[in-house]
Amino acid sequence: MNWISNYVRPRINSIFSRREVPENLWTKCDECGTMLFHRELSDNLHVCTNCGHHMAITPRERFKALFDGGVFVEVKVPEPIADPLQFRDQKKYVDRLKEARKTVGEKEAMLVAEGEVGRTPMVVAAQDFGFMAGSMGMYVGNAIIAAAERAVALKRPLALFSAAGGARMQEGILSLMQMPRTTVAVQMLKEAGLPYIVVLTHPTTGGVTASYAMLGDVQIAEPNALICFAGPRVIEQTIREKLPEGFQRAEYLLDHGMLDRVTPRGKIKDELVTIVRMLMRQTPAVKGDLPPPAPKAAEAVAPAEKPAGKAAAPAAKK
Amino acid sequence: MNYLEFEKPLAEIEGKAEELRAMGRANPGMDVEKEAAGLDKKASDMIVSLYGSLTAWQKCQVARHPERPHCKEYIETLFSEYTPLAGDRSFADDHSVMGGLARFDGQAVMVIGHEKGHDTKSRIERNFGMARPEGYRKAIRLMDLADRFGIPVITLIDTPGAYPGKGAEERGQSEAIARTTEKCLSIKVPLVSVIIGEGGSGGAVAFATANRVAMLEHSIYSVISPEGCASILWKDAEKMREAAEALRLTAQNLYDLGVIDKIINEPVGGAHRDRAATTEAVRNAINAMLGEMAGKKGSDLRDARRKKFLGMGSKGLAA
Ligand SMILES: [Zn+2]
Repeated sequence: MNWISNYVRPRINSIFSRREVPENLWTKCDECGTMLFHRELSDNLHVCTNCGHHMAITPRERFKALFDGGVFVEVKVPEPIADPLQFRDQKKYVDRLKEARKTVGEKEAMLVAEGEVGRTPMVVAAQDFGFMAGSMGMYVGNAIIAAAERAVALKRPLALFSAAGGARMQEGILSLMQMPRTTVAVQMLKEAGLPYIVVLTHPTTGGVTASYAMLGDVQIAEPNALICFAGPRVIEQTIREKLPEGFQRAEYLLDHGMLDRVTPRGKIKDELVTIVRMLMRQTPAVKGDLPPPAPKAAEAVAPAEKPAGKAAAPAAKK
Repeated sequence: MNYLEFEKPLAEIEGKAEELRAMGRANPGMDVEKEAAGLDKKASDMIVSLYGSLTAWQKCQVARHPERPHCKEYIETLFSEYTPLAGDRSFADDHSVMGGLARFDGQAVMVIGHEKGHDTKSRIERNFGMARPEGYRKAIRLMDLADRFGIPVITLIDTPGAYPGKGAEERGQSEAIARTTEKCLSIKVPLVSVIIGEGGSGGAVAFATANRVAMLEHSIYSVISPEGCASILWKDAEKMREAAEALRLTAQNLYDLGVIDKIINEPVGGAHRDRAATTEAVRNAINAMLGEMAGKKGSDLRDARRKKFLGMGSKGLAA
């Protein structure tokens, strides 16, 4: 009754349909209505060139823009038990998963990669709202743990881009268990003295916000991102009053002391590098569009990186 | 007695027996006892069979029964020298979270729990057991205190979920919950939890990230309420029976999944039908769980807790 359902249903359809737009078509900005050429939009990291509205971006596209020269190596995520509860609502969970895999073209709702960002070796994880609303189940938990373990092994910082409607209901209690599980992952980083930077993107809600997404050393959000524990509809139903303008949006949270910064997508790369390099006591960053790192012998576990940040050179991928 | 929906046939029989006896009192010549005793027998057989095979949704109703023993009752019954400690030191004291120093079996402990209230006035005061950020931050403060003085922490979980309110969000409900879970995973003292009624989502796990988690037989623990799940996945809140089943939220399911360590049996007919027996069973369970951790090093307890939660989900319900 009073429990919180943090699931942003109306958005999902719009994202699925947007993804199916062929390359040569136009996308309408849902904020200002401007028709945007698809190519132009993806070059602008899916931010409306007219009004600055931040649309969803896939982890893969984000990584291509984030890592120097678009080069990164995926970090392997251990496979969890499939459908641990043998869950079925109107559809079987296994069928929903299959469908999501087909539509989205990714295995699950989180992608983890390592590489150099502004010549700064980093591990980066990004959640995919397009994949079952980015919901957190065993796989997402495994991905975050794998990301943290990899960061600790390489002595690199971890940056995490969150986006989720909350828990993966079809995994029931095991989805809830990802809250403590991912918290242990964050503790691994803290105890290894490595920065953990969270970038909250639209929307980040429910159990995701109430665990790893709020435990960053530095908390950054994209403009106008919805960030909450309980969703606005649930709150309106509970308190029966209209919520103020901008409630639970990134800027509102910044005003209420819940975030360090609100940063537009195009500036996040530079900002990440600047912050991480200071925390890691490295020399100032080289900024701008950098070519991929010089190819080197297959990387083993890299030593503590040098200030120039050229130590580990991942093999080119995709 | 407050009967639940599925107890209607039971209410009818018990009502009849009572009516019959009232009739007997009014007409001293009439012998009703034999017939009434027959009805009593029928009723008690019915309780045994009803409660022996509760569905997941029926368990939700029992877990939320207004007369079910709540946190305050356990604290008053099982602990001595209970000394409440209030406030989060930055905004307020949240009355939906009780907490303080107390003695359990003579040993100093920190007890923390959600309290729902038992009548309209106390329910409002306790916000129906739905904590705000201040409640979680109070819990963090108390766990810290226990940690510094090497005192075990006992948590009692009974909440529909964290409060979905405007102020709660503005003051960082998510952050408060995240930090509480983090604190549970940091302290170097024994931490044991008992889910005594409703284990509602993030608001519950923040208190239940413990070395040992026990659940009363008819308690529930879930990522979302069956009603909420039904309205999202079935697009029909009336499908809560199906949702309750699918979510695997009963103590028996959770034990099979390795999420909880112990099931505490309830008296026939549920905790509210024999409060003394229930509190006693909870006492024994806490005693046993604390006993399992006696003499262990603080850092080992913390590491074991982390390892336990990292390993969650390695066991499905397969076959
Ligand atoms: Zn626009």
